[in-house]
Amino acid sequence: MAWGSNLDSDARRGLMLVSPPLVYAVLLLALPLAAIVLFSFWSQDFVTVNTTFTLNNYQRIWNEPIYGLLLQRSLFVSGAVTLVTVVLAFPVAYYISFHVDPKRKSLWLFLITIPFWTSYLIRVFLWKVILGYNGVINSGLLSAGVIDEPLTFILYNINAVIITLAHAFAPFAVLPIFVALEKIDRSLLEASQDLGEGKVMTFFRVTLPQAMPGVAAALVIVSIPTVGDYVTPELMGGAGGKLIANMIQTQFLQLNNAPLGAAIALVAMAAVVTAILVIYAQGKLLIAVYSELNGTRPVFDIFILCVTMLFLQVLVAAALLRTLGGTLGSGVAFFVGLVLYSIAILLLLKNRRR
Amino acid sequence: MTALIHLTGVQKYYGDYHALRGIDLEIRKGEFFSLLGPSGCGKTTLLRTIAGFETVSSGTLMIDGKDMKGVPANLRPTNMVFQSYAIFPHLSVGENVGFGLRKYPMTKDEKARAVGEALEMVGLGGYGARAAHALSGGQRQRVALARALILKPKVLLLDEPLSALDKKMREQMQVELIKLQRQVGITFILVTHDQEEALVMSDRIAVMFEGEIGQLADPETLYRRPNSRRVAEFIGKMNFLPGEVTKLGERITVEVPGLGTSEIGKEQAPGGAKLGRSLIGVRPETLAIQFEGEATDRRVADATVDEVVYYGDMTYYDVRIAGIEKPLTISMKNLIGRPVLDVGTRTRVIWDERSLVVLAR
Amino acid sequence: MRISVLGIYAILYLIFLYAPIVLLPIFAFNDATIIAFPLTGFTTGWFAELATNTALHGAVRNSLFIALMSAVIATGLGTMAARAGATGEFPFKRGIIGFIMLPLVLPEIIIAVALLVILVQILGMNLSNWTVIGAHVLICTPFSIAILNGAFQNLDPSMEEAALDLGETRLSAFRLVTLPLVMPGIISSLLISFTISLDEFIIAFFLTGSNPTMPVYIWGLLRFPASLPVIMALGTILVTLSIILLTIAEYFRRRGNARAGIKDTGGFL
Repeated sequence: MAWGSNLDSDARRGLMLVSPPLVYAVLLLALPLAAIVLFSFWSQDFVTVNTTFTLNNYQRIWNEPIYGLLLQRSLFVSGAVTLVTVVLAFPVAYYISFHVDPKRKSLWLFLITIPFWTSYLIRVFLWKVILGYNGVINSGLLSAGVIDEPLTFILYNINAVIITLAHAFAPFAVLPIFVALEKIDRSLLEASQDLGEGKVMTFFRVTLPQAMPGVAAALVIVSIPTVGDYVTPELMGGAGGKLIANMIQTQFLQLNNAPLGAAIALVAMAAVVTAILVIYAQGKLLIAVYSELNGTRPVFDIFILCVTMLFLQVLVAAALLRTLGGTLGSGVAFFVGLVLYSIAILLLLKNRRR
Repeated sequence: MTALIHLTGVQKYYGDYHALRGIDLEIRKGEFFSLLGPSGCGKTTLLRTIAGFETVSSGTLMIDGKDMKGVPANLRPTNMVFQSYAIFPHLSVGENVGFGLRKYPMTKDEKARAVGEALEMVGLGGYGARAAHALSGGQRQRVALARALILKPKVLLLDEPLSALDKKMREQMQVELIKLQRQVGITFILVTHDQEEALVMSDRIAVMFEGEIGQLADPETLYRRPNSRRVAEFIGKMNFLPGEVTKLGERITVEVPGLGTSEIGKEQAPGGAKLGRSLIGVRPETLAIQFEGEATDRRVADATVDEVVYYGDMTYYDVRIAGIEKPLTISMKNLIGRPVLDVGTRTRVIWDERSLVVLAR
Repeated sequence: MRISVLGIYAILYLIFLYAPIVLLPIFAFNDATIIAFPLTGFTTGWFAELATNTALHGAVRNSLFIALMSAVIATGLGTMAARAGATGEFPFKRGIIGFIMLPLVLPEIIIAVALLVILVQILGMNLSNWTVIGAHVLICTPFSIAILNGAFQNLDPSMEEAALDLGETRLSAFRLVTLPLVMPGIISSLLISFTISLDEFIIAFFLTGSNPTMPVYIWGLLRFPASLPVIMALGTILVTLSIILLTIAEYFRRRGNARAGIKDTGGFL
């Protein structure tokens, strides 16, 4: 071969260095993940595991409403938490990046990360103290005379779960957005203002688009782990606030039905990844439509058009789900359809831009 | 002088990228040699190949009569001054300079003395205990020099060592480097993209383009007799005129529209001359404006001033000569009594056959 | 000084972040068994109770052992991966590093059940401290890589070359030059990994053996209202310790940056 042996030796060194962590990840991550996939197609016979291939676990998840309900609720909570976290975090990240003296930026980041590193369980429990019947908020409001009896809608329901998770994942949203904002060349903002855009339009036309990678990272980093948390719903959710992760935990540790638990875990993962993919593709599509039409019509018209487009898509998807019927196959087909549809959109947009 | 470094047909690929396209080169013992070229021409790759940080894809590299194939950087009789200086920030100045002595069979005192002498040599006597990260750019460079020279290498490699310094410091260090090289007598190989730096410092210069050596010569030859347009363009300023070689022989006859026919020596066609259309180069300082009252016995041409750029000590004129499409640039020293001409002034240009260089295509 | 709306918002956000933590010491020193306002009186009794609780001591010892081992192994693996990432290209580099970083975005419960299935159901192993360590190394390694990536990428590649050029071998060049220069990053990675492991509950709950880790023990206590003030006291100590550890980690990270001569731009992640 003609290439330098040096390149090869560099590459060899790199591979040699990376192989211990890689082997570790293969042994303790890839293999276990493969194992739960396998496991989800087996079944539990009292104490032993029956290794005959079966779709029973998935059939149960599809047919018994409790799983669908929990999954729906989990996705809703995850979405709500993500939305709340990112919306709350963006101004803070923006403030630190654009308004804090550079010397004090790392102090701010440090302050934001500290609560994250303090005992998670205790933090969740303390939210119970804050939101509880005799909690900080209720006693505070009572003594101030704002309310006559303690508020009950803030503990042991989904709201409490959302507030607590939004608190727990705050730094995961602030940091990626901050990093994206930091990368923005400040002279671009001056250029935009120099070219006649006001501060607000500069934010929307220059700052926000460039912060999008950070926002996207924040969305992913917050939404996926929230689906897997069972501590917060257990402590804060009460009876109506249990989520899919609680069900997984119950199947594994209490009902001792590991195969079903594995299947639920996989379905939950597939659902959240699909949801993210669909949202990502839709976001790209809307941005593409917007940039295509930008300048040709008033912004408001384009906005209406985009909303209508989204609404129609949701309608079509819902109608499709209905007509597919209630079998497990139709459920899988719908899932796969969503994924393929999103991938098709992404590929089309990619080719279009070149 | 004998050759210390010997490169034959050295080629280097990075994947599909052909970084060195057959380098044949001899570098002599004790000379100050420069590799000059634009960025991406392969000069740094060549230097790193000599140092042992890159292996050759094909061809041979000999240092001091030994084939360097398979010899790693730490076993080669070369030391390097890095572009970033690579001063170890966690060590003191003295520890940096003495870094390479770790395995030498010397006592602690001997090592300390060697470090002291090396620091003395680069003008940093007494700096040994200082923290390395507190040094200025020029001081870091001196530490890098001392650190490399303390090992008494056969070859000192310098990778753009002055590029991080400001202009004044750079000029001062150029002179110091020349003195230092004469003092230690070690072969220096300098990589630079700054033609002036190469001209000032080197005994010989190899100008590189796209992985090849374009011309290898001493500074004066390189400046006065570039062998091709790209060398001429890279080094100094030059006017390019379309011309024609009409006769070859002991002397060469060239026809340049606007300047007429000239007979020139063979050495004025360093890249070789061929009959037919050729490119003729003329340096701005080999032309002159004939000022009022200045007589000449050289050849002259009528001209009109097209553009004037005033530099203080010099003035650059662009002048138009009938028959030449593009204006010619002429540099004139602003001597006592010489006016700066206005645009549009009709004047005369003095020139000489010896100003002309026939460039290879 | 003019304070902007954005600034006020940022301060409110910080209050939101710190609200639960501020409560910790308040209730840890409150002499009522019920965790609620109004406060009844000052006591250090809950801390005294911590000192005599042998079950807790066992859990703490377990957790410290797990955290220490996880930190050391994860930092070792992280150092290798980060260094590989900083050296030249090798085949599938992005894919490999991405795969090692995957636990960063994977829900912890997935890691927990996947390991539980393979270790217990398929390999028939007994759960122990080491099963927890195995999982904690998996989740700590990405953090270690993220921290050390900065350290290795800020490192001038000519530093190691200079050492080679001055006669050192690759190994001794690493030991004499690279290692001291990335040491702040390594210490910071050790501390962060230690903190993560010490606090991790979701995975530990699945994989812990007969001896619970500290968070698993706390989880058990949370069901008994009478033990809550003790948890507050324990939490106060933990938070204080975390803050101290993180401050040290941050100090080393900054010192590393200062050594590499770069401007400070961000936090740990």
